[in-house]
Amino acid sequence: MKKIYLDNQSNTALDEKVFEAMKPYFLEYYGNPQSIYALGGQSKDALDNARKQVADFINAQAPEIIFTSCATEANNLAIKGIADAYKNKGKHIIVSAIEHFSVLNPVKRLEKEGFSITYLPVDNNGFVSETELQKALRPDTVLVSIQFANPEVGTIQNIKKLAELTKKGSIAVFHTDAVSVCGAMPVDVADLGIDALTISASVMYGPKGAAALYLKKGIRITPQIEGGVQENSKRSGTENIPAIVGFGKACEIAKTEILQNAEKIRSLRDKLINGFTKNIPYIYLNGAVDNRLPGNVNFSVEFVEGESLFLLLDAKGIMAASGSACANKNLKLSHVLNAMNVDVAVGQGSILFTLSKYNTEEEIDYVLEEFPKIVQKLRDMSPLYSYFVQTGERKQAGPGTDFHDHCEIQE
Amino acid sequence: MAFYSEKVMDHFANPRNVGEIKDADGVGEVGNPVCGDMMTFYIKVKDDKIDDIKFKTFGCGAAIAVSSMVAEMAKGKTLDEGMKITNESVAEALGGLPPNKMHCSNLGADALHKAIENYKSKLGK
Repeated sequence: MKKIYLDNQSNTALDEKVFEAMKPYFLEYYGNPQSIYALGGQSKDALDNARKQVADFINAQAPEIIFTSCATEANNLAIKGIADAYKNKGKHIIVSAIEHFSVLNPVKRLEKEGFSITYLPVDNNGFVSETELQKALRPDTVLVSIQFANPEVGTIQNIKKLAELTKKGSIAVFHTDAVSVCGAMPVDVADLGIDALTISASVMYGPKGAAALYLKKGIRITPQIEGGVQENSKRSGTENIPAIVGFGKACEIAKTEILQNAEKIRSLRDKLINGFTKNIPYIYLNGAVDNRLPGNVNFSVEFVEGESLFLLLDAKGIMAASGSACANKNLKLSHVLNAMNVDVAVGQGSILFTLSKYNTEEEIDYVLEEFPKIVQKLRDMSPLYSYFVQTGERKQAGPGTDFHDHCEIQE
Repeated sequence: MAFYSEKVMDHFANPRNVGEIKDADGVGEVGNPVCGDMMTFYIKVKDDKIDDIKFKTFGCGAAIAVSSMVAEMAKGKTLDEGMKITNESVAEALGGLPPNKMHCSNLGADALHKAIENYKSKLGK
């Protein structure tokens, strides 16, 4: 059976060149970089080299890179670590409503510990409003964290502008979770004027188990994992050398090919978006049309439910994702679609395809051929669709079934 | 391990008794689009038995499989037997459902009972 991987926001396939670079660090160079004999020194060199590769890729200095085990850890370190280091200056934090849970849950924790949190709303396309940010900034704001691009709906924020406004209106440190951007387009931290950035290997053709927090020189942070002197005592723990070597290699490769990859992926994305729009009635693109991640396709398909869509796609060998309540383990509609004010009933039919450099035109053609049939099959058994066909009207949700009420009932 | 049992996947991918009955004797509807699950059942009754049954369902894999299984279990049964089909027995017949789907998608028996009650109320029973 065909195997078409279109869930690259969850993680990408490993680049073979990355795998080759990692290999010697399992069996041959297994030393601990903190050891001073030659075997340790070889690992230390590899660590230094990877740090430089990651720094070069985002135009930072090597000492500004703190390696972590994953992006969730890097976000936790950024949020909790910066908040703690600056709490004597103030206890107000601003984040957007569509952050990843590795930002949202740490700020919830901080809220319990006495910080006040402002959640910036987004518009229907997922953009954070510059005016809302300006209004939210206070003299005691110590941290602003806004995701560079949202992996689910693809909307890319104007981070340079948001960072600039933050600097103008406050003393706050500006952090951005750039996980979904770093594998997709060039990032220059100096040009962006940001203080901290999260980047992960696992969505840029690198391995799982390596990510980093870029922390601009001079910005203070309280470590969240304490122990030995690794990562300049900002993140203790034995370094995962094979994964970090792979991360470095992935950055080196990205630096040379990211622009041409983006161009290819964007053209496949547009083929998919245009094909669906043309051939399937009552579907709606979620997220921005311009300023959209090159590989992101997210549609709400009216009258059907997202989990059913991706299960039937899976049966055809096509791997995708959904933001519907049924597809989420917590049985809630994606908080991103909810923040964008997507109609809850329509949002249940959300389906997400995310492309990589490995996808081909033939694969896209196959999806364009199969997906409309899947939609029709589900619509043919949907009472909402038959009601619409018979009456020309959408079935209204019953009383007491507002999404938020419903969530509370379930909790 | 797969998220759904083989039986669930079979009933989901090849649902039995999908459709509507235009001159149904009883109709039962549960859920709503906001929850992400909605089922409508149609029954034809003959000699106190469920002579024909069809459904339309909007929902996840579990919701569609549950609907298909309920229809299969109810077909040919007496109304009293139909009332004795429970959400639990449907889940069991499907080889189990993931815990987080037991509550929200497993509404098929409720929809069937509503259809039977709808038939009875029309008769004035």
